Amino acid sequence: MKRFAFATVSTLAVMAGSAVVAEPQAEVLHWWTSGGEAKSVAVLQEEFATNGGTWTDMPVAGGAGDAAMTALRARVLAGNPPTAVQLKGPAIQEWYEEGVLADISAVAEAEGWADVLPASIAGHMQCEGTWCAAPVNVHRVDWIWANADILAANGIEMPSTWEEFNAAAEKLQAAGVIPLAHGGQAWQDATVFEAVVLGVGGPEFYQKALVDLDPEALTSDTMVQVFDQMRTMRGYVDENFSGRDWNLATAMVMNGEAAFQIMGDWAKGEFLAAGKKPGEDFLCASTPGDGYLYNVDSFAMFNVEGDDNRAGQDLLAKLIVGPSFQKVFNLNKGSIPARTDVALDEFDICATLSAEDMGSTSDAGSLLPSYAHGMALRGAQAGAITDVVTAHFNSDMSSADAVQQLADAVANSY
Amino acid sequence: MSEWLENHLPKVVLAPSFIAVLIFVYGFIGWTAWVSLTRSKLLPKYEINGFIQYERLFASPRWDTAINNLYLFGALFIVIAMVLGLLLAILLDQKIRVEGVIRTIYLYPMALSMIVTGTAWKWILNPGLGIESMVQGWGFTNFEFDWLVNPDYAIYTIVIAAIWQSSGFVMALFLAGLRSVDGEIIKAAQVDGIPTWRIYTAIIIPSMAPIFLSAFIVLAHLAIKSFDLVIALTGGGPGYATDLPATYMYAMAFSRGDIGQAASSAMIMMLVVFAIVVPYLYSELRAKND
Repeated sequence: MKRFAFATVSTLAVMAGSAVVAEPQAEVLHWWTSGGEAKSVAVLQEEFATNGGTWTDMPVAGGAGDAAMTALRARVLAGNPPTAVQLKGPAIQEWYEEGVLADISAVAEAEGWADVLPASIAGHMQCEGTWCAAPVNVHRVDWIWANADILAANGIEMPSTWEEFNAAAEKLQAAGVIPLAHGGQAWQDATVFEAVVLGVGGPEFYQKALVDLDPEALTSDTMVQVFDQMRTMRGYVDENFSGRDWNLATAMVMNGEAAFQIMGDWAKGEFLAAGKKPGEDFLCASTPGDGYLYNVDSFAMFNVEGDDNRAGQDLLAKLIVGPSFQKVFNLNKGSIPARTDVALDEFDICATLSAEDMGSTSDAGSLLPSYAHGMALRGAQAGAITDVVTAHFNSDMSSADAVQQLADAVANSY
Repeated sequence: MSEWLENHLPKVVLAPSFIAVLIFVYGFIGWTAWVSLTRSKLLPKYEINGFIQYERLFASPRWDTAINNLYLFGALFIVIAMVLGLLLAILLDQKIRVEGVIRTIYLYPMALSMIVTGTAWKWILNPGLGIESMVQGWGFTNFEFDWLVNPDYAIYTIVIAAIWQSSGFVMALFLAGLRSVDGEIIKAAQVDGIPTWRIYTAIIIPSMAPIFLSAFIVLAHLAIKSFDLVIALTGGGPGYATDLPATYMYAMAFSRGDIGQAASSAMIMMLVVFAIVVPYLYSELRAKND
């Protein structure tokens, strides 16, 4: 109530102060509806209201955004898109090609986005040279999480190569601990797969295989090795993994049933929510190998009519990339700011590590988009790869067959 | 005027629903057919591009799995549900005491939504929670029942859950059929000293042929449009081992932004339904004309 009153007063103040200037309006379509996520969106809502805007919330939960995308499609076909929509990666470009995205270059240039965002992330926010989306956060995907007590009890260090990981897993298995907590859902299989591609093949190979979809890379011996490693890792998960949700797998690591989990840094939120301390109760490290796989949430700006809507869009874009929102939002959500100039004092050691690595890999050119989370490829291509990965992981398909199917599936996905 | 109204009232009353069906069923079938011939991705496009989506569909191993699953699931589900339903109906028909109560109990699963059935069976069949862990807990540590997580057998768990859901309904259908058989014929047969099983196989069941056809049509369309049960029970997994055409279509249309591909798979599903329904309609119409 207090917040509402405050918002109303400030809105009135703005209206009274500048009767000519349109009152910023924004209708925002997103699917951040659960606990920490909803709290994070509320931060933005509040800032928007404080700056005199009227926010119309349009949360559509369900199906990891599928339901929201269906709602968006209907709105766009009806010629009445929302002001801003939670979209990411190549989906932004896909909507741009449908001719429905707005140009927010004026805001981006005034705010100097090009200087504060890592180049490869800024690339996702631009549509043929103009800015059309605003990044909210950076999730790192290639994390490996571990139960500190189990590692200590078995004399195991965090693995820095996949051989070390395999050796550690054998040791844990002999000791009666499940080495890898994993949920047998297609996207989780894909999350592990891309970490293995990056680790076994290196950043250049990852770029060629999962970003450029180079047929030679897809059918190479390196890819065979990747599938071999996936087969080995299939032996390290418990037999009951099919269909398990990722947070239940995280809970297995927390409770000491399992030692490791490979999952993006939203898993950290689960640990923290259970009162576990990073570095003491649980450990975080990048998966073996170089590079950094990012999953960047962003808001794409759609073509809207009317000065009030356009003013709202500009204000929203400015606030999203603004340092204060980037900091508060990401503290809530467990990710790190997309801006590189935000002070990280209040962030935990995992987030600090993530931010450091983002800087160094950006310079080295190994800051890469995650394919499993829809950053590297369009839906049809990413889906085709995931089909093969999950079919291989859940059957006794040979690595050679998997590689062949991978190339066929990609070729068939256009 | 009133004469005109009298003559045309039935047509006037039926017109709105006729128009609605024309647009929302046949119109959209036509629209889907059109889209299935285009390269539509995120949003529908209308430039015809030949049969590229169908070529892609038939080249996809996942679609192969989905359509094979449909045949396997459909055949097992329809046959077992009908056999079980008939058996239950015959047993209930023996003038037993609390028939009403038992009939209601067997019919109850039909009152549940497929989502509830799927979730309940997911727990029952989960090796770590359900039957396997229970029997192992009794001391039979070698006992294994991991169909739900075994890609080769997961499709059978869907058959089990679907049969559990529908066989009570089939039983009710058959029970009505059994009761409609002329009692005089049965009595005559009993007087002639024909054994009960012969009465069933030679007289009662053959005279129930139309009921079999209705049961078959109801079960067949349930099988083809199965979606929620798979989503709740296995989520299409392990891998995509339990995908059905409906879940394939959903994934293409709503998760992958591949509307052309989704439309082509929808058309194939419709053709499968036609293959079943058209002979049925044909036989019905012919029977009437005779």
